Amino acid sequence: MIRAPLVKALGALGSPTHQMASRAVRTSAMVAQTPAKAPEKIEVFVDDIPVQVAPGTTVLQAAAQIGVEIPRFCYHERLAVAGNCRMCLVEVEKSPKPVAACAMPVMKGWRIKTNSDLTRKAREGVMEFLLMNHPLDCPICDQGGECDLQDQAMAFGSDRSRFTDINYTGKRAVEDKDIGPLVKTIMTRCIHCTRCIRFASEIAGVDDLGTTGRGNDMQIGTYVEKLFLTELSGNVIDLCPVGALTNKPYSFVARPWEIRKVSSIDVLDAVGSNIVISTRTNEVLRILPRENEDVNEEWLADKSRFACDGLKRQRLVAPMVRMPNGELQAVEWEGALIAVAKAVKAAGGQIAGISGQLADLEAQVALKDLLNRLGSEVVTTEQGFVQGGTDSRANYLLNSTIAGLEEADAVLLVGTNPRYEAPLVNTRLRKAYVHNELQIASIGPKIDLSYDHQNLGADAALVKDVCSGSHAFSKVLEGAKKPAIIIGADLLERADGAAIHATVAEYCKKLKKPNWNPFNVLQNNAGQVGALDVGYKAGAQVALKAQPKVLFLLNADAGKVTREQLPKDCFVVYIGSHGDNGASIADAVLPGAAYTEKQAIYVNTEGRPQQTLPGVSPPGMAREDWKILRALSEVVAQPLPYDNLDELRNRLEDVAPHLTRLGQLEPAGDAGAAGTISKSIGGGPIDVQLKELKDYFMTDAVSRASPTMAKCISAVNKQQRENEAKQSVAI
Amino acid sequence: MRRLLQGCRSIHMSSVLRTGGQMDACAMRDMLKFEFSEDNQRRVKALLAWYPEAEWKGALIPLLDIAQRQQGWLSISAVQAVAEIIKVDPMKAFEAAQFYTMFFMKPRGKYVVSVCTSTPCKLRGGDEIFEACKKALNLVHGQTTPDMQFTLKEDYCMGACVNAPVLAVNDDMYEDLDEKSLADILAKLRKDKLPPAGPQNGRCACEPKGGPTTLKTPPPPPGFMMQDLPDPKTKKKCQ
Repeated sequence: MIRAPLVKALGALGSPTHQMASRAVRTSAMVAQTPAKAPEKIEVFVDDIPVQVAPGTTVLQAAAQIGVEIPRFCYHERLAVAGNCRMCLVEVEKSPKPVAACAMPVMKGWRIKTNSDLTRKAREGVMEFLLMNHPLDCPICDQGGECDLQDQAMAFGSDRSRFTDINYTGKRAVEDKDIGPLVKTIMTRCIHCTRCIRFASEIAGVDDLGTTGRGNDMQIGTYVEKLFLTELSGNVIDLCPVGALTNKPYSFVARPWEIRKVSSIDVLDAVGSNIVISTRTNEVLRILPRENEDVNEEWLADKSRFACDGLKRQRLVAPMVRMPNGELQAVEWEGALIAVAKAVKAAGGQIAGISGQLADLEAQVALKDLLNRLGSEVVTTEQGFVQGGTDSRANYLLNSTIAGLEEADAVLLVGTNPRYEAPLVNTRLRKAYVHNELQIASIGPKIDLSYDHQNLGADAALVKDVCSGSHAFSKVLEGAKKPAIIIGADLLERADGAAIHATVAEYCKKLKKPNWNPFNVLQNNAGQVGALDVGYKAGAQVALKAQPKVLFLLNADAGKVTREQLPKDCFVVYIGSHGDNGASIADAVLPGAAYTEKQAIYVNTEGRPQQTLPGVSPPGMAREDWKILRALSEVVAQPLPYDNLDELRNRLEDVAPHLTRLGQLEPAGDAGAAGTISKSIGGGPIDVQLKELKDYFMTDAVSRASPTMAKCISAVNKQQRENEAKQSVAI
Repeated sequence: MRRLLQGCRSIHMSSVLRTGGQMDACAMRDMLKFEFSEDNQRRVKALLAWYPEAEWKGALIPLLDIAQRQQGWLSISAVQAVAEIIKVDPMKAFEAAQFYTMFFMKPRGKYVVSVCTSTPCKLRGGDEIFEACKKALNLVHGQTTPDMQFTLKEDYCMGACVNAPVLAVNDDMYEDLDEKSLADILAKLRKDKLPPAGPQNGRCACEPKGGPTTLKTPPPPPGFMMQDLPDPKTKKKCQ
């Protein structure tokens, strides 16, 4: 753990000098993110252009301020400075030798020369050394075309080398390592920048990677043969400046110049990570993160990155209707829509709709409009929530915001495992833990969150204890500048969920600070917040209680609706992209588009509406979900008043204007209980669904269809079995 | 043939293979077993008392050294035990253990003979000493005899260049070597007797061999080579 233990020890002593020391240590750790606050700026000259910078700014950052980019391999803005690649050497006037720009803080009046003869010579020298032990296999390397080493060798390297060993006897070759089914290693290509090591220990919080050996024998690896498999492992692929760590499922698939890139949004968790979909010939090849400081910084969770092969499997490509013999048979759209319309007509308003995990906002609006026109008010989300608690948005949002959690200094997690429910929220918590002295406690089962936290226990009564101020951790929360309580969305499905929600909301009113709302619900379904925003009721149970004659399942695949709970003659219509739990109980299946195939709005857990863009077209006869509902409305003679996306968005603006301001957050006000305080908390121990890594990989229709995710689970299981076998041998 | 051999590329095996750790059930057992002896536990305690608890990681190398002295070498389990005591990640402890040449990540001989072959020793015949060692012990660099008596290493400067050529046996230095004294030392070690350490050619430390060559006369009195002061009797004023 890199949380500077010195800071803690010194902070505890509390004397002014110690506090100063601790501040100094902390700022030095933070220098990559924010230069120390200081009133005075110092002037330096980069290529004779004067720059005003804060003290403590490095040469590289000072140069970046005026747009001069100094080449680098090991330096990365979000990681600690290592200074071991030497590529960023620049000449500083009156300095006897070139200095490493990434690690050297500027001094007043320095004249930095980023393009002098000495600088160029230093770069050429470093480049020559790096290339000496780097294989010349660019034509078969997956990084080719998007490789920092290639680019910088072209830009800054020499046109010849003094390395004349044509027999390759002196060229280093390193054995490849098996670190899991996601990351492919070609260790000979490694240039020892240690970015992957720093990412693993600083951001992901697993210290599996390290350097072994020394000098020419140095290599990156794990100390016992072990998989580097975390919920964030894919990010080392992006970080690797060469082709040493590459995307295993994507290996030998495409070249960067062949693919089309579409900026979109990830929907496999409720974070709403910004992504780039790489496509070629109507096929999603890979998914990369896109930078968004407010949401995912520049990271991406493994499920979001690697589950994209699930978009090609288990797809519904044609409308299907269940035949009298019980089998689903593919039919034309016309037949399917007429079959559904007949059932709808016969139902006479006894209709219900359930919206699931991956449902987009447009389809949700269309489904609600259609059902309302047909005389039904029963539209619900599949995942439950506090009944009647959806009046105020603040009740179900992550009100502190994802980026805001970085500033929190005391956090209580109630019945949630952010590490697997929202990995990129967890990285924020970890960041605050490392840099901001965040104190974290959890109520729920003992789990590994990748940082130290205090487990208060799993008893639900603890929520009451803490919220009444009698628990020891209450003092921490009350003394904090920015406290936050995060409740897991799954927890609120419980019978006493309303009581827990009300108790915490009440307590949060007390903890409230100006411009800081401590009440948070961590959603884990991308479709949930949007549905609640446009007026869906929470919980599939509401729909089931109505005993509908026709039930619409909009992407509802979590398996919460079963045939047994429905009336025998209920006609189930499934609209969605994958043949999963929902389609298997349906009487009519209308194939929809997945999130890479439609322009649709999703609202993330903090209430931020963002838009996906189509990278590919839906397979076969599948259509965008809202268009299916629009077509159906025509057949049942209740046409919806919108014919294209713009008109639908106008309708959305009438319903929920804040959801059309894409990318922007609307402050949600206070969370408040609606007459539920009378209920008492007492529903047994608090649990979370995703406890370990193997629970993480398959949580929705797309990832359940993904072979890569299946491989991840079997790899985790295999490692577990091997560890157990080794234990038993030893005994 | 030579051509063929030249084409052979040296492959860097993974550290796991190189260290031999965790390769079979036997090593596995060993991996799960390391514990500091009672004496060493006291030492560890005393060492850790030097550091504030937050800085225990500073005791990494001394602790690894204690572990190595207890076990003879450093097994992965020993590294892990040390890491647990000082609360660092096993990988960080392993990095240090791998980096420093004084740590042996696989079983070594009872006597580790390291011969210096860097410049001053080379000039004074370090290479010959190393060759002689190789021949006498029938080992190459890094190898251990099957009876686990000797491990031979070619090493870098040991900081005794005035007494070159130099070799070290475990913690002791043998200096001013020649073929004969080397054979003597090895013969004694074979009989498990540690010959007295230090220069082997009669020197006490690093003084000149045939007695002092300079500073042979008594040191001059104070005021030697100083400018003559004006005679107080004449009271002649300086101009």
